[in-house]
Amino acid sequence: MSGGHAHHTLYLPGTSVLHRLPAQVKLVAAVLAVLAIVAAPREQFWAFGVFAVVIVILAVTAGIPLLLIARRLLIELPFIGFALLLPFVASGERTDVLGLHLSTDGLWGAWELLATATLGVSVSILLASTTPLREVLTGLERLRMPTLIVQIMSFMIRYADVVADELRRMRIARESRGFVASNIRHWPVLGRSAGALFVRCFERGERVHLAMLSRGYTGRMPQPEGDGATMTTWGLALSLPVLFAAVSLTAAVLT
Amino acid sequence: MSDALRLRGLSFSYPDGHLALDGVDLTVQQGERVALLGPNGAGKTTLALHLNGIHTATSGSVEISGMPVDKGNLAEIRRRVGIVFQDPDDQLFMPTVRDDVAFGPRNLGLGQAEVAQRVDQALTQVRLHDVADRPPHHLSFGQRRRAAVATVLAMDPDILVLDEPSSNLDPAARRELAEVLLSLDVTILMITHDLPYALQLCPRSVVLADHRIQADAPTAQLLADDEQLAKYRLELPFGFSVPTA
Repeated sequence: MSGGHAHHTLYLPGTSVLHRLPAQVKLVAAVLAVLAIVAAPREQFWAFGVFAVVIVILAVTAGIPLLLIARRLLIELPFIGFALLLPFVASGERTDVLGLHLSTDGLWGAWELLATATLGVSVSILLASTTPLREVLTGLERLRMPTLIVQIMSFMIRYADVVADELRRMRIARESRGFVASNIRHWPVLGRSAGALFVRCFERGERVHLAMLSRGYTGRMPQPEGDGATMTTWGLALSLPVLFAAVSLTAAVLT
Repeated sequence: MSDALRLRGLSFSYPDGHLALDGVDLTVQQGERVALLGPNGAGKTTLALHLNGIHTATSGSVEISGMPVDKGNLAEIRRRVGIVFQDPDDQLFMPTVRDDVAFGPRNLGLGQAEVAQRVDQALTQVRLHDVADRPPHHLSFGQRRRAAVATVLAMDPDILVLDEPSSNLDPAARRELAEVLLSLDVTILMITHDLPYALQLCPRSVVLADHRIQADAPTAQLLADDEQLAKYRLELPFGFSVPTA
């Protein structure tokens, strides 16, 4: 019940054109743009350069500091680790780089993974930094995602902090009585804590449902308000994936 | 004056046979503010859940502004009875406070303009207009409790039922909530252990113990009767006393 939640959010308030576009339009544009990036042949380095430049221009337009994007890109670290392994473990033709005997296929694979992952994650960072979470949900609903799934996602976002707080209080209560999980014999205790947390969440779910029923809930969420996007906004947003697709296509033709 | 709430011989047993309520009679008139007191486990919350048809009486009847609570009119009953639950995190489940306050009116099928107007009014009544667009978990506990009150006020209820409204509040938040509740022009039934709070807000108190109503008196008179209080495991906080009238 404490008020000291970390107010972590990916959203960066702003008024740029990227901020103003409706969420459903941005979602579609981002997914298509990522697909276009993945489709680009890996041998055409310039294509990836074009993608990167366009993403940087968009970030600057939206007023998102490049350093922030770089920091958020850290999420792809596990993939980078995997990409670095590829040249060592992949089979096929070998080549010598700086005295290391590496697989050519592996090197290409690593480059492709690194480039597409970095660009793809950057696009989603752009989306997340310019779109509040609840609008992402509204956008998904407008894109005809089943309401039940959108509801579950929305509840997950709403209650993540509450559950994390509950977990933290349980941990503090354990530790206050001298418990520190240091080896495998302590796992049953942690298991029981997890079980207790599950039961608490389940019971909270029932209470939330009661509270919803009490305000006239009949199994259907009220529809989101506001109008859909106009053709012009769709055109504006889709110009990004169209540009990327054109670059990929040109690159494929040149290969 | 007409009756906002009328219970006649209300009895309820849980499916496992555990008896919760046994012949509860209670009438609350429109505009009254009544405190429902009683020890833990007396059935106060169970009683509240009968008022809007979440529980159905095993025997006896519940009427809200003359309308009996039954399966056929649950939608209207749930508009008329606004329950504010004890944990605001149970009540606030939408991404922003504004969405949450709009949840009830939208379920009523009201138009967009009407919903917006109700939301504005409810948020103004609980003095939370400035945090309308924030997610509930960014609010202080006191603000969340008031937001929970707003979510039911927006349904324009005939009777507001509050379950332990002062629990977990710091003294300032407790006072702020009291000011909000006193400023509302609505019938209130307040479940509480906080006897000074009952005295401050509710001119009338009823005691629920051993599954039925044991006492029904002006709050000041009830709280001055130490013998009666002790009988039902009710105690004023240390250092407090209410002078005999």
